[in-house]
Amino acid sequence: MASVQIADVRKAYGTTQVIHGVDIDIDDGEFVILVGPSGCGKSTLLRMIAGLENISGGEIRIGPRVVNDVPPKERDIAMVFQNYALYPHMTVAANMAFSMKLRKAPKAEIDERVGKAAGILGLDKLLDRYPRQLSGGQRQRVAMGRAIVRDPQVFLFDEPLSNLDAKLRVQMRTEIKELHQRLKTTTVYVTHDQIEAMTMADKIVVMHDGIVEQMGAPLELYDRPANLFVAAFIGSPSMNLLKGTITAGGFETDGGAGQPKVVWPIGNRPAGSDGKAAVFGIRPEHIQLDDNGLQAEVVVVEPMGSETQVVVRCGGQSLTCVFRERIMAKPGEFIRITPDTNVTHLFDAGTGKRIVT
Amino acid sequence: MANSAIEMPARLTPARSERTAWQKLKVSSGWLGFWYMMPAAAILILFLAYPLGLGVWLSFTDTKIGRAGVFIGLENYIWLWEDRVFWTSVFNTILYTTVASAAKFVIGLYLALLLNKHLPFKALIRAAVLIPFIVPTVLSAIAFWWIYDAQFSIISWSLRQLGWIDYNINFLGDVWNARWSTIFANVWRGVPFIAITLLAGLQTVSPSLYEAATLDGATPWQRFRHITYPLLTPIIAVVMTFSVLFTFTDFQLIWALTRGGPVNATHLMATLSYQRAIIAGQLGEGAAISTAMIPFLLAAIGIAWYGLQTRKWQQGGSNE
Repeated sequence: MASVQIADVRKAYGTTQVIHGVDIDIDDGEFVILVGPSGCGKSTLLRMIAGLENISGGEIRIGPRVVNDVPPKERDIAMVFQNYALYPHMTVAANMAFSMKLRKAPKAEIDERVGKAAGILGLDKLLDRYPRQLSGGQRQRVAMGRAIVRDPQVFLFDEPLSNLDAKLRVQMRTEIKELHQRLKTTTVYVTHDQIEAMTMADKIVVMHDGIVEQMGAPLELYDRPANLFVAAFIGSPSMNLLKGTITAGGFETDGGAGQPKVVWPIGNRPAGSDGKAAVFGIRPEHIQLDDNGLQAEVVVVEPMGSETQVVVRCGGQSLTCVFRERIMAKPGEFIRITPDTNVTHLFDAGTGKRIVT
Repeated sequence: MANSAIEMPARLTPARSERTAWQKLKVSSGWLGFWYMMPAAAILILFLAYPLGLGVWLSFTDTKIGRAGVFIGLENYIWLWEDRVFWTSVFNTILYTTVASAAKFVIGLYLALLLNKHLPFKALIRAAVLIPFIVPTVLSAIAFWWIYDAQFSIISWSLRQLGWIDYNINFLGDVWNARWSTIFANVWRGVPFIAITLLAGLQTVSPSLYEAATLDGATPWQRFRHITYPLLTPIIAVVMTFSVLFTFTDFQLIWALTRGGPVNATHLMATLSYQRAIIAGQLGEGAAISTAMIPFLLAAIGIAWYGLQTRKWQQGGSNE
């Protein structure tokens, strides 16, 4: 096991720069998830750690060693690919044993390690099968088994769950987390799914357009998003972001001409910010029903059983709310809502940065 | 209204008992499929099975051009058994097929691996590789005939200019020179087919397998040995079967270059059969030589089929 340091790492293809100086510190045994939309550079960064892409600038350390010029096989890392990359002509056992066979490990040791990995993943009965005869979830497990057998310093996962159906994805999420708790191997995991990131990570790195937007524990990102991008990206359904100005009475939204001005109560108002253009952020789950609250027109009601999602219009702007209560209101009717002022967010309208309150 | 109620069963009954072929076609997909298959079957029977059967029959007769033969049993084969020229042609055919196919495989695979890399002007190079394949065989044979010419050979001329030899090489006049020269020409012509087919096969191998193998610690040779080669075996089996069949039955190249000479040294079974049957008019004997090729070809197909059958990982199979 080892720590991983990524220091001012850059990647350029020709003149097109895709990663613009990224710094990430990953502690020994930590489970770090790189998350971001397609094309944000997260997979490229992972492949640079693996050594499948060369590093245009900066430095990557695994343990104490700078690995910029170390060939992949000497980096002591194992990777699980999005399409699993199982060798189709080898049985499950041979797939897992391949790396050990290449370095001519004794047969007894290979059998022992493969048997142990298969035991951890529940693959004992499938060792003689070919990848083609396995289901998606089983293939996923074999791919992880191949990584476990290696007993590497670092596990790398490249969107490993994106080829699975929704139910299996939830199950494998738990399994991977369990596996990490058991093996305690440093793990770098790439996904575009923020729920995966929230549920599994010790530390989330939100990437966007080749830079790190914010880095931190899942709840830290949820509670205190550093900017509009992270605010909108983390959380599901995503945060409501309303444009307007900070006033003495709260936050006055600007829904456009002919729309009533609505003043939202906010928590701590930053000093001297009256009249400042800003973006008001409130998560759907932090909006409550309140008879003295703001009047909002119901647009869509989505009952989920445990909760109810309601899309409303308030002051000309559309908002999503999630209520624990069952809402019987029909579209076109009005309800009264109020935000939980302890957990509202304010962002600078120009820079998109969080306004510290 | 009252009438129709009485008429209806009367209309239905005859229709059910006398279903026309057209009605059958509309309801039964098996019946329809049978008729769709007929044109192809007719063509195969008329142009492949019938001539083959006729050829085998001819080999048991003493038919000559202009004279219908009578059944003489195995007499043609007994004659061939004692015919030194026939055995030379068998030896030549086996040598020609083995050496040329092996060379074509090695060179073809090498070219395919090379073309699968990111080369500059990749499309152009790929197109260039195909040239020997698209030139009509007889034209390339004539070109080789000039290249191998006793007096005007460009190879001899170049080597003489370099001062490496001081007399022309007798490419097609010497027994072994002629054999190697024809084999070389065949290899030159056959490589593109194998290279392009194997290239197609290579491109179906997912790049992530190579990445996974790289991370597993495989060297380039090990990646070839443990990933590329096993994944390519099915297509190798198919392409090499075709290659062996085409090479074994080769006629055009030999006929244009040497006509089987010198002293029958390059006669293949196909050219010998043609010479005996068409030039000499001994249709029965020629047919016997052709028929003698069948066991060899069946053996080649059998080996390839066996090679394809043993790949369990490809067949998928049940989850049991």
